[in-house]
Amino acid sequence: MEGILNQLPIGLSIGAVLLLIALGLTFTFGQMGVINMAHGEFIMAGAYTAYLLQDFAGRNAVLVALPVAFLVAGLMGLILERAAIRHFYGRPLDTLLLTWGVSLVLQQVARDLFGAPNVQVTSPTWLQGTLGPMPYNRLFILLLAVGSVVAIWVYMNRSAQGRRMQAVMQNRQLAATSGINTGRVDQRTFFIGSGLAGIAGVALTLIGPVGPTLGTYYIVDAFLVVVAGGLGQLRGAVIAALALGLLNSYAEFWTNASLAKVIVFVVIIAFLQFRPQGLFVLRSRALT
Amino acid sequence: MTAILEKPPVTPAPVKEPRDWRGPALFALVAVIGLVVMPLVLEPFRLGLLAKYLTYAIVALGIGLAWGQGGMLTLGQGVFFGLGGYAMGMHLKLNDAGDGLPDFMVWSGVETLPALWEPFRNPVFAIAMVVVVPGAVAWLLGTLVFRQRVRGAYFAILTQALAAAMVILLVGQQGLTGGTNGLTNFFEFFGQDVAADSTQRGLYFTVAIVLGVLFLGAWQLQRSRFGRLLLAVRDGEDRVRFLGYNPATVKTITFTLSAVMAGIAGALFVPVVGIISPALLGVVPSLELVVAVAVGGRFALAGAVLGAVLMGYAKTYFSEELPDAWLYLQGALFILVIGLAPKGIIGFFRRKDVTA
Amino acid sequence: MTALLEVRDVSVVFDGFRALDGVDFTVDHGELRFLIGPNGAGKTTLIDIITGLTKPTTGTVGFDGAVINGKREHERVRLGIGRTFQTSVVFEELTVLENLDLAASFRRPLLSLLARRRGVTEKVAEALETTGLGDLAKKKAGVLSHGQRQWLEIGMLIAQGPRLLLLDEPVAGMSADERARTGDLLTEIAKDHTVIVIEHDMDFLRRYASTVTVLHEGKLLIEGSVDEVRADPRVQEVYLGRAREEAAHDVVS
Repeated sequence: MEGILNQLPIGLSIGAVLLLIALGLTFTFGQMGVINMAHGEFIMAGAYTAYLLQDFAGRNAVLVALPVAFLVAGLMGLILERAAIRHFYGRPLDTLLLTWGVSLVLQQVARDLFGAPNVQVTSPTWLQGTLGPMPYNRLFILLLAVGSVVAIWVYMNRSAQGRRMQAVMQNRQLAATSGINTGRVDQRTFFIGSGLAGIAGVALTLIGPVGPTLGTYYIVDAFLVVVAGGLGQLRGAVIAALALGLLNSYAEFWTNASLAKVIVFVVIIAFLQFRPQGLFVLRSRALT
Repeated sequence: MTAILEKPPVTPAPVKEPRDWRGPALFALVAVIGLVVMPLVLEPFRLGLLAKYLTYAIVALGIGLAWGQGGMLTLGQGVFFGLGGYAMGMHLKLNDAGDGLPDFMVWSGVETLPALWEPFRNPVFAIAMVVVVPGAVAWLLGTLVFRQRVRGAYFAILTQALAAAMVILLVGQQGLTGGTNGLTNFFEFFGQDVAADSTQRGLYFTVAIVLGVLFLGAWQLQRSRFGRLLLAVRDGEDRVRFLGYNPATVKTITFTLSAVMAGIAGALFVPVVGIISPALLGVVPSLELVVAVAVGGRFALAGAVLGAVLMGYAKTYFSEELPDAWLYLQGALFILVIGLAPKGIIGFFRRKDVTA
Repeated sequence: MTALLEVRDVSVVFDGFRALDGVDFTVDHGELRFLIGPNGAGKTTLIDIITGLTKPTTGTVGFDGAVINGKREHERVRLGIGRTFQTSVVFEELTVLENLDLAASFRRPLLSLLARRRGVTEKVAEALETTGLGDLAKKKAGVLSHGQRQWLEIGMLIAQGPRLLLLDEPVAGMSADERARTGDLLTEIAKDHTVIVIEHDMDFLRRYASTVTVLHEGKLLIEGSVDEVRADPRVQEVYLGRAREEAAHDVVS
């Protein structure tokens, strides 16, 4: 019983991290049809940002790193979108391979800059402790995700920019003919989505070491969140991320770590038998 | 008579395509180089390397069929490669161990042979499993996802997740799979010393001939009505339904064929290279082969084979000569090929068919 | 003798929007039926319902005396229901001949598809002849003009050998000359097939239509001969209103 309770914070915090990562993916995928495999490296960039800021900010590096990592990863995403991805709209599978090439290069850059071995970011002292079964650091990650989701929701539904983003996601051509600068909207979406991956990277420094391949451990699961949640769906991403985080940690708890991923995979395939397009779907009459 | 029929009536019979001999001639040339020239000029070590690349080429052929012809971007071919490889590896391990346990099981404290391993003593069973297991997994996955019209990027993501899950499973089941080290230290291959030059030479010929036969089969398939249907499914899956075909069936069959090819490749890889381990079949090796196919030219089966061999050589050469630069080079190459030459190397040699 | 197609009390709701509302629609063997109505009237939705692309919220689709609601798209084609699309979809990488051959081959057992095509089957030759695409047989479909694509699609439909043909705006975007040829093609096909055509070009209707069904805002407005329909005040109102919208639409696009 105690074990079951102990798994809860782990599952929730992993779900929260997956959510932060998947938000960017689901919006870029839903809006532009882009599968960005380099998204994982934005996580890594965020984590190394926190690592570097330790020299200046000491133990509170994590706090300082949140906005900085958002900017760093966001700018990386923006550059990637402008330099490469925008030339490949409508060719999702090509973008997938292209961005994987980018991801390889970024990993090697990290290896050259920071070395191949993992590095550690020291958590702030005020995050050492627990609230019931919930360690403060995992609680912090959970709050970070809640805050981000609220911010995204407000942005999408209460700001003119966010409404334009929704318009482009629902019908790009119509949005363009209504005078929306879709290129600008794409850039913003990419910036915000990539920035959130940076924040996820900072969050990950609280629960583990940082290495050049950090992103690769989470990117596959984050994509599964997108598949299960439905394209461009905030609600779907939230539910799917938490479900996947919990499923992962409980599958590990009840069987063992090596079977957990297989179980998750089987559950996703089974789920797609009922909801082949994910939890929530934007309906369209078009013959694709 | 209606206006449309006033045109001179078409005689129905005549469309008889002239036979194009360039393809078969090229194939014969490559076969001579592969089966005669290479074994004569290459020293055993280099011939072994070529044999390894040719096993990759078999996987690439399957990717070319599934992705290039059928539009199914499969990022999990490593899984099927691994299933074939482990089936073969298990047999070799049991054969080497005789009445005892395979070495790695002894090291991990396993005392009795797991039931899963027992039937692999039988070489016929093991070889059957090389084909059956990858085929069955692909068929099951294909049936479940294609029926639900899960496709494109979704399918790519799912196959990638399968590759990731497979690696973690293999690493975790130390006593059953040899964990991170995988299965290695083989001595005997069907009565021969696996490390002997003569065995390796024989293996090279085996791999080359298997590749040739599979290539011809895939080539025939591509030119058949099924092949035309596959292209149609790639370019307009929903439209194909209204021609009375079920695209899910077409895709499942093709995906299964590609998985079987990968399985056979894995089984051949094991005696050639002497190891099968999780690192050889995860997300990265699977993607590397997809990119090799893109580099060679995904729309032609020959391009897939060419790409796999070239990328194999490039990887060996650059990681020996410029180990630090290889990853940059590889990344840059993908970006350039996908960005500037989506038809790959073959695209430069093919005359343009469409004069649009 | 029962009718070939019997659509009974079909409604379709897309996220609260009623695209079709209790439509009954019956077509007899050998009929050439025109389906008209302003944009958004539900014409294409009705075709989608018949061919299985859209599932009805309520109501049944009967074909040749059997309810086919549960059948999937390709199964309905196998029953003998064929269609074309508003924006013609042909396989550009395949030749005209290969497109037609594929359309004609779906009844073959799967294994026999593994053989190469040799020569031209009778059905394909007939489709080539009817559509007049014989000279282009070996060209890739990607190089065809808009009108030729539409004819290829109609040819593919003929090659399927269906019992019911559904054509969604076959003359949209065609030149006057191409329209005339397509109209002749239609009357030719209608001699020995049951055909439903969506078209809202009134001139075209006047020349080729026998029975016309008018849809408006998801409901069946009237069914009858061209003259009856033209004389009906409701139709005039719908179409006069539409004429204004159309003019406005033309300015925008």
